[in-house]
Amino acid sequence: MTLRNKLIVLATALVVLAGVATAAVLHAAGREDRKNQVQADGPPVRGGEVSLAPDSGRRIVFRNMAWGPHRDELATVPAADPSGPRTASGVKCLRFYAAAGTGVCLRAERGAVQDGYRAVILDARLKERAHYSLPGIPTRARVSPSGQLAAWTVFVGGDSYAGTNFSTRTAILDTRTGKLTKTLEDFTIERDGHPYHASDVNFWGVTFADDEHFYATMATGKKTYLVRGDLPARKVTTLRTNLECPSLSPDGTRLAFKKRVPGLPADAPWRLYVLDLATMRETALAEPRSVDDQLVWQDDRTVAYSLPGDYGADLYTLPADGTGSPRKLLTAGLAPAYLG
Amino acid sequence: MYVADSRSTPAAPAARLTTGRRPAVAPTVLALGTVSLITDVSSEMVTAVLPLYLVTGLGLSPLGFGLLDGVYNGFSALVRLAGGHLADRGGRHKAVAVFGYGLSAVCKPLLLVAGSLPVIGAVLAADRTGKGLRTAPRDAMISLAAAPEARGRAFGVHRAMDTAGALLGPLVAFLILRRAVDGYDAVFTVSFCVAAVGVLVLVLFVPGRTAPERAPDAPRASLKAALALLGEREVRRLALCALLLGLATVSDSFVYLLLQRRMDVPDRWFALLPLGTAAAFLLLAVPLGRLADRVGRWRVFLGGHAALLCAYALLLPGWRGAALPYVVLALHGLFYAATDGVLMAAAAGAVPAELRSSGLALIQTGQASARFVCSIAFGAAWTAWGDRTALATAAVALAVCATGAVLLRPAEASELDGGGPA
Repeated sequence: MTLRNKLIVLATALVVLAGVATAAVLHAAGREDRKNQVQADGPPVRGGEVSLAPDSGRRIVFRNMAWGPHRDELATVPAADPSGPRTASGVKCLRFYAAAGTGVCLRAERGAVQDGYRAVILDARLKERAHYSLPGIPTRARVSPSGQLAAWTVFVGGDSYAGTNFSTRTAILDTRTGKLTKTLEDFTIERDGHPYHASDVNFWGVTFADDEHFYATMATGKKTYLVRGDLPARKVTTLRTNLECPSLSPDGTRLAFKKRVPGLPADAPWRLYVLDLATMRETALAEPRSVDDQLVWQDDRTVAYSLPGDYGADLYTLPADGTGSPRKLLTAGLAPAYLG
Repeated sequence: MYVADSRSTPAAPAARLTTGRRPAVAPTVLALGTVSLITDVSSEMVTAVLPLYLVTGLGLSPLGFGLLDGVYNGFSALVRLAGGHLADRGGRHKAVAVFGYGLSAVCKPLLLVAGSLPVIGAVLAADRTGKGLRTAPRDAMISLAAAPEARGRAFGVHRAMDTAGALLGPLVAFLILRRAVDGYDAVFTVSFCVAAVGVLVLVLFVPGRTAPERAPDAPRASLKAALALLGEREVRRLALCALLLGLATVSDSFVYLLLQRRMDVPDRWFALLPLGTAAAFLLLAVPLGRLADRVGRWRVFLGGHAALLCAYALLLPGWRGAALPYVVLALHGLFYAATDGVLMAAAAGAVPAELRSSGLALIQTGQASARFVCSIAFGAAWTAWGDRTALATAAVALAVCATGAVLLRPAEASELDGGGPA
């Protein structure tokens, strides 16, 4: 082939491939625009005042994932009518949690050369009190029952050329003093009664007992552990293996969590369990699907969690004693917290 | 486009490409550099968004996924040897390279339809296989196309172009995601289109036969002949030195992690640390390649490890000057610029043309395996003794290995090809 012909072949291919690439980008952008249109059968959403204050009635606050102008905004519904009209706040979050008038909102921030993420502390009227930049993609957020402490977990990539080797980093913030523990990896670790050091330690999924103690997941050496943490002593102690994303019941007696069950597919390995802290007995819950979420307690008898759905995620509830069956709480929602 | 095909007649002796005193960079090298640049834009686009896609796009929890990573690495070393051997048989460097680049290209659209971790794992494994297959034949083609006395520079040019692509990739992905939020399918499609252009440039503008006519008494390319290379003093010494130094080369992620711990690098900058290394690599690859041609590849290779030793040393003490991250990343990039292409340039001088791919693959695999062992050992040392002691141990090990390498000193392979002083 002559050089001229080669250049013609190359130029033709460039035109075709550039067309395909442009079409793909425009198609993706157009699909994104459609998500800003309200879908006919979706839940009704209107903008309005949203408060995290504990005294304005029992309600659920969550990330609204229904298509339309309020997509990804924090919204509330009355706990008694979860599929009713939603009030959207105008505040966008990827992950969220709230308690006692304090909210923690993990969101994406557009930068000049790369997107970043930040944790934003919100007051009861959703006004920003402080923000902290995050080293990776947000996954878990929690606030202590008093509203004084906030914790968050992010996935940190970039440690490996392949981009597939993940680690997590979990931080705890005292929202009153502004004291930030950037990573639990600096804490003293006691594993099975002995001091433990390792470079591969990862923490995720904090749940607070009070303003000094918490439970969380620790991973090291291909195993996951339930740890109990002591914030003033900067120490964690292992209690049990194979327990991820614990969530403490309101009465403080039980932990709901997901557990890797052997024999399940590698991409859907989790089942839900509840651990009684007094007897250390586990009870399997009646959810036959794999759940990758940190549960929240609706009350001392019922847990709520998300599963993938048509608009990203739907919320379900389930009795915490192993009986009953899952019930859909609401569609197109993620990261719920019960207020009031 | 470079007129790389103006010489599509089999293997014009590389020396004839030189004009006057200063040897020009062979068109084939520029074409291969272009292929690498384009391909790296494509692959780094995907690398940049894959974590985000898995977590926010597919809603997967990717923690367990890292476990597969080590398996791929061992696998890719074997594939590399196979690629080298296949390429030498009948001088099919280009055919094997086209297959390797092509395999990686078709993996990009497959990511679109892969919805679960095991399938994504399989697609990424195929992508790695393509990368493993193409590397040795590509380096062999570079070495065969360049004039022996300008090989360091040829590899420097190639590595600089390759790194430029790696730096551009994430930027392209970012721009696409800015136009189309959650447009991961668009990123993968564009990545495929870019990769296809790379394959096309390879097919059209890299000559099909880069190996010289086989001399009647030249060794026939076979597995036996490839292994027999280790019996040759020069190759054996070079491989041994690369292995020895590889055993004391701590993996990149540990360097960044140490830097972050030592300096309290703000979290948001953490992901940018590898870019610092890449930028220094990009800027220094050509000058150090030329330097290697002038003063001897072996010296520059050792010098690169001295730079790495300096980086280790700077990470050790309590000094926390604001310049520390810049200095450490510059030294880290310098280390890559002085070793990555330069080792291949030196090795090319020791391996006969008929076995060039196999020989380069052998040395690359030895070095990569040694680095893998070092990473495991370093992780264990970190666990047992803490990061500071682990780093001090690595520094001592590097100094010892470097001393060993100086003593073993291959009789300056480049001497044979008119390189530096003996």
